[in-house]
Amino acid sequence: MPLNIGVLALQGDFQEHRAMLESLGAIVTEVRLPHQLEGLDGLVIPGGESTAIVKLANRWGIPDALRRFIDNGGAVWGTCAGMIVMARELTEPEPEPFGLMDITVSRNWFGRQVDSFETELSVKGVPGGPIHAVFIRAPSVREQGEDVQCIARLEDGTPVAVRSGKLMATAFHPELTPDTRIHELFLRLSAGDLSSV
Amino acid sequence: MATSPTTTNGTATSYIDRIREPRWLNSEEAEVGSYAVKSGLAQMLKGGVIMDVVTADQAKIAEDAGAVAVMALERVPADIRADGGVARMSDPNMIEDILKATTIPVMAKSRIGHFVEAQVLQALGVDFCDESEVLTPADHEFHSNKWAFKMPFVCGCTNLGEALRRIGEGAAMIRTKGEAGTGDVVEAVTHARAVLGEIRRLQQLPEMELMTAAKNMGAPYDLVLEVHRTGKLPVVNFAAGGIATPADAALMMQIGVDGVFVGSGIFKSGNPAQRADAIVQATTHFDNPDIIANVSRNLGEAMVGISSRELTESERLAKRGW
Repeated sequence: MPLNIGVLALQGDFQEHRAMLESLGAIVTEVRLPHQLEGLDGLVIPGGESTAIVKLANRWGIPDALRRFIDNGGAVWGTCAGMIVMARELTEPEPEPFGLMDITVSRNWFGRQVDSFETELSVKGVPGGPIHAVFIRAPSVREQGEDVQCIARLEDGTPVAVRSGKLMATAFHPELTPDTRIHELFLRLSAGDLSSV
Repeated sequence: MATSPTTTNGTATSYIDRIREPRWLNSEEAEVGSYAVKSGLAQMLKGGVIMDVVTADQAKIAEDAGAVAVMALERVPADIRADGGVARMSDPNMIEDILKATTIPVMAKSRIGHFVEAQVLQALGVDFCDESEVLTPADHEFHSNKWAFKMPFVCGCTNLGEALRRIGEGAAMIRTKGEAGTGDVVEAVTHARAVLGEIRRLQQLPEMELMTAAKNMGAPYDLVLEVHRTGKLPVVNFAAGGIATPADAALMMQIGVDGVFVGSGIFKSGNPAQRADAIVQATTHFDNPDIIANVSRNLGEAMVGISSRELTESERLAKRGW
């Protein structure tokens, strides 16, 4: 049975996630309103502007719906802005994150756009060597709860990917490269297979 | 299925890949300011609204309304149009105030071909440069070489050939020119339909006709081949120039652009915060008329506007650039 995966389509590069998930055999739904979460196995929160995504999500009650979705066993993966909105807390006053995962996140940790970069990165649970990771005005994880596992760090030790149960957050954008391995990992989490991580 | 990390958009032969491939394949270190991160920032803006602001307070209003970026400038296009004279890059102090006031990306405009203004914007830490026909052109023949910058550029276009020339020069994002400062959406519609229609036509052409198509539209052959194959521009494409209402924004989204710029339309209207919020909602829910109806209520006065038909040829900003 193919998995039913949603992409939060309020703003950002949700089409890139959609195309990649569909290429892996998932049935993908664009989620703009809470009722569209029904029947999904997992949800991707894409890259975009976190302040815009939070504003648009709050307007129609998406954060509460997402908390219920997770309580009912749904998997959630946030990339970049998605990591920010999943956080329990930010080191900045705004926006107010959804509090889906026990992490504290700093926005724009690496600086402005002129400091954005790409690099090679090893990710726990992803076989076949390092992935190529694209960081765009990226956040980083500053604190994490005990049940949260760091699955990727930069060479200097900065944590840039975390997982807790069926929740995952990456500071970079696997959807902007042709490498599908992180999306495959998320599909395994969505199917309830936590064995590789 | 794992694929080789030698390409970024799934095809080993694309123009963009060939340009960027050598830059990081042989590099052990993280690469800053590559084409992937420049065009990638534009990807993150999709489905969003970029708003013109002239003060830090306006930037804050825009951010609170859910703008994905702000365009920092001294005068909105409607005022540039009214004032006349030479329009130039904004004062660095004013741009810095806005950089400090907001956490979302900040764009600023350079004149067409004025690569030193662009160098100044990059030095200030501006996140995106708009090489813009709204300012007075600084070069009648050449646009800036945008490959020379780690700051990404967005450029205006009125048709596909113009879009592909700008991408060939290194633009990481394209927008329609529309007719800035009018509040009349007709030119944005015309330019978006021109670009999208020409893409559809290019897709249908047999391969032997593509070189002549490239010649006729004055576009780089490699990019013509890529558009023929993929059926889309290799970079993000926004609409700009005359968008003033939530329905205007949703119209452009339904026609098929990736997002919208709203210039004079917000802060020249009666209730900027509410109008900004409504345009953001309408851009996300562009295919949901109930929501567009809901957010369009009681917005107060829209900007006054000028019918683009009433402009003389010399008053048309879209004629600037080539």
